[in-house]
Amino acid sequence: MFGKLSLSAFPHEPIQAGGAVSIILAMLAVIVALTYLKRWTWLWKEWITTTDHKKIGIMYVIAALIMLLRGFGDAIMMRAQLALSAGANHGFLSPDHYNQIFTAHGVIMIFFMAMPLMFGLFNLVIPLQIGARDVAYPFLNSLSFWLFVMGAMLVNFSLIVGEFAAVGWLAYPPLSEVNYSPGVGVDYYIWALQISGVGSLISGINFFVTIIKMRCPGMTLMKMPVFIWSALCTNILVMMVFPVLTVTLSLLFLDRYFGFHFFTSDLGGNAMMYINMIWIWGHPEVYILVLPAFGIFSEIASTFAQKKLFGYKSMVWAIAVITILSMIVWAHHFFTMGAGGNVNAVFGITTMIISVPTGVKIFNWLFTLFRGRLIFKTPLLWLVGFLLTFTLGGMTGVMLSVPAADFQFHNSMFLVAHFHNTIIGGVVFGYFAGFIYWFPKVMGFKLDERLGKAAFAHWIVGFFVTFTPLYILGLMGMTRRLSHYDASTGWQSLLVVSLVGALIIGGGVACQLVQIAYSFWKRKELVDHTGDPWNGRTLEWSLPSPPPFYNFARIPTVTSRDDFWEQKNNPDHPGHKKIVYEDIHMPKNSGLGFMISVAVFVCGFGLVWHITWLIGLGLLALFMFIFMRSFDEHTDYYVPAEEVLRIENQLLKRKGEC
Amino acid sequence: MSTTAITHDHHEIDEKTTFGFWIYIMTDCLLFATIFAVYAVLRPSTFGGPGPAELFSLPYVLVETFLLLISSFTFGMAMLAQREERKNLVLLFMGLTFLLGAGFIVLEIKEFHHLIVSGHSFKENAFLSGFFGLVGTHGLHVFCGLIWMVLLMIQIVTRGLTPLVVRKLSCLSLFWHFLDIIWIFVFTFVYLLGAI
Repeated sequence: MFGKLSLSAFPHEPIQAGGAVSIILAMLAVIVALTYLKRWTWLWKEWITTTDHKKIGIMYVIAALIMLLRGFGDAIMMRAQLALSAGANHGFLSPDHYNQIFTAHGVIMIFFMAMPLMFGLFNLVIPLQIGARDVAYPFLNSLSFWLFVMGAMLVNFSLIVGEFAAVGWLAYPPLSEVNYSPGVGVDYYIWALQISGVGSLISGINFFVTIIKMRCPGMTLMKMPVFIWSALCTNILVMMVFPVLTVTLSLLFLDRYFGFHFFTSDLGGNAMMYINMIWIWGHPEVYILVLPAFGIFSEIASTFAQKKLFGYKSMVWAIAVITILSMIVWAHHFFTMGAGGNVNAVFGITTMIISVPTGVKIFNWLFTLFRGRLIFKTPLLWLVGFLLTFTLGGMTGVMLSVPAADFQFHNSMFLVAHFHNTIIGGVVFGYFAGFIYWFPKVMGFKLDERLGKAAFAHWIVGFFVTFTPLYILGLMGMTRRLSHYDASTGWQSLLVVSLVGALIIGGGVACQLVQIAYSFWKRKELVDHTGDPWNGRTLEWSLPSPPPFYNFARIPTVTSRDDFWEQKNNPDHPGHKKIVYEDIHMPKNSGLGFMISVAVFVCGFGLVWHITWLIGLGLLALFMFIFMRSFDEHTDYYVPAEEVLRIENQLLKRKGEC
Repeated sequence: MSTTAITHDHHEIDEKTTFGFWIYIMTDCLLFATIFAVYAVLRPSTFGGPGPAELFSLPYVLVETFLLLISSFTFGMAMLAQREERKNLVLLFMGLTFLLGAGFIVLEIKEFHHLIVSGHSFKENAFLSGFFGLVGTHGLHVFCGLIWMVLLMIQIVTRGLTPLVVRKLSCLSLFWHFLDIIWIFVFTFVYLLGAI
């Protein structure tokens, strides 16, 4: 009746049970609050069914921040475990639970924190920066978001029912095969990633078409803001590599459920093929994450230096070259596979070459800041922190790219320190900077500067205190994914330092949470009347904060790269002409994106636990909802010109009152 | 609002949808490319079992191939009929396409069934896993295409050839021809090269 699911699937260990109970309590608290405040209809009408890219973006960012807290909790547990478990002391986590935690940490941080934060920023910014009223396919946008949520829900469900994978964040076979991981952990992993991965692929297509087809008149490719360029290249990468991930996970699923032999260690299966395939997705994935951060920093550099970006063309070419190179370096993740000296040499060299366009970008940012009239607001601090941290991470990356040296570094803490150096220093710093930079545009008020600066100080200090010891430990021979070590190794003191660093980062996270809450409380004082709080250069700042649901009452015409800057300084700019209002074509809300995703979730849950009837039910509901969507003709409507005029007048009045 | 504004909007939506669908097909193409690569890697791993030459019957697969190729032709005819707005003719050709596609699926299932009952299932070795994985994925796509075709035929009957229905029809047409091309590659790499 319930497949593999029985009462024993619910957690019994106190720490796991604590996690489960806290998740259930949090859900209950949300449900009670919504009921008490009578907000269910509001939630459904305004948020769950919305096709407005700004609202979807906000939901992405909130979900990502929640998952950040969960992933960070995992990180603290790992650092605490390692600081304790030397010699006779075995720490407070069992080895199996520790394995689940480092797997969940990686999976959550990449798939359910960084990816949604990225798509959140894309949603919030891309249409505004290219002068469009929405994305190309608003319904698919909502579908992508809810698919991501359902994937994240599966990961969280694994805390309550059953277990999560204990095989590392990429689930290498044969360990992830059914012989060695008979539990449901890997199945949760497969379906959480598969569901959210399909959502990412749909988003990739959506934003690619949006950027190619929906730019406002005058915005040629070489007049696009650099953030749009980075988003374009990122989405090309998403479209090119996510199908590979889909196939890889499907084949692992076939192995586990039906006894295929793609990656098994018997009957001709080839485990190294999985490792190649997962990294053909996995290496471009890290560039998928970091390219938008490069774009964000380009916007911030020119805005806060109050001059145009240095070397726009070389910046664009650098992004394009990184896009291509990122797809031909994957084997550097397993030089030890035994592919031979020639193969390793090729992949080592392509890896080293990537540092060239990246270096070009670093110098472009530096020269943008050089002799600029710098305004030291928080986004600029993150940029400076990034330039230092990311460059160090890049240099240790070049060290790892030398195959002969890599045989020593492979799977050591040195590697762990390296990729955190680039992912935290690049992706996390970048997205935080973007979050602060565009926050007033979306919410209508700025974030508090003092708390923001305190958060930055904690993060940058905490980062180096945490990860510098890990570099040293790696050189001392400590391998990754250890839950216990011998006291004679002499690692403990450095691991204690590392824990202290993680706690300092924790202070930074706390500052950020307080910052958001405090700024919300003081939102009247921090309000942004102008729509242009940073003296911005691109189109999104020409709109009120927050923008009306149709974004642009009149689709702008662009004459130069930093068009809004041009408009502010040139009285003849077409943006100053009187607006003739017209009817605006907008998508209608639809609950089907949500319902399709719920059906997929039900199906995924059934697949995890081998509950056949539940899989059938999920599929049936899925097909039914797709039919409903296919037969729905009334998916869009027109906002009459008078209504637009009324809203615009209201916005003008609000601006005038201040 | 003026009717020209509406037609203009619809034209833009059509263009965006078709472009996006092309892009989707490219991603699907990469998906197949990956599975082809997997098949190529696993092809020698028969682990002592029989290889493609012993397992597959070329004449049988040739019939399958022709069913699918002809179905692409009939779908092309349906699209031509749609341009002349001859609704019944469109339905006739789509019905034919459906029958041919369903015939293809039935033959494929029979082939799979035959292999499995004669002891050569996907569990036997990595080569057969790769074979079932690749051919099965194509079959699954064709199956989805058939369901989509039924949905569109219902919409043509109930609504006629409205711009929305025509837009969907051209997407399905792209999808169907794409699956045909993929099959040509399957036929070449799996069956023809296997027979050598």
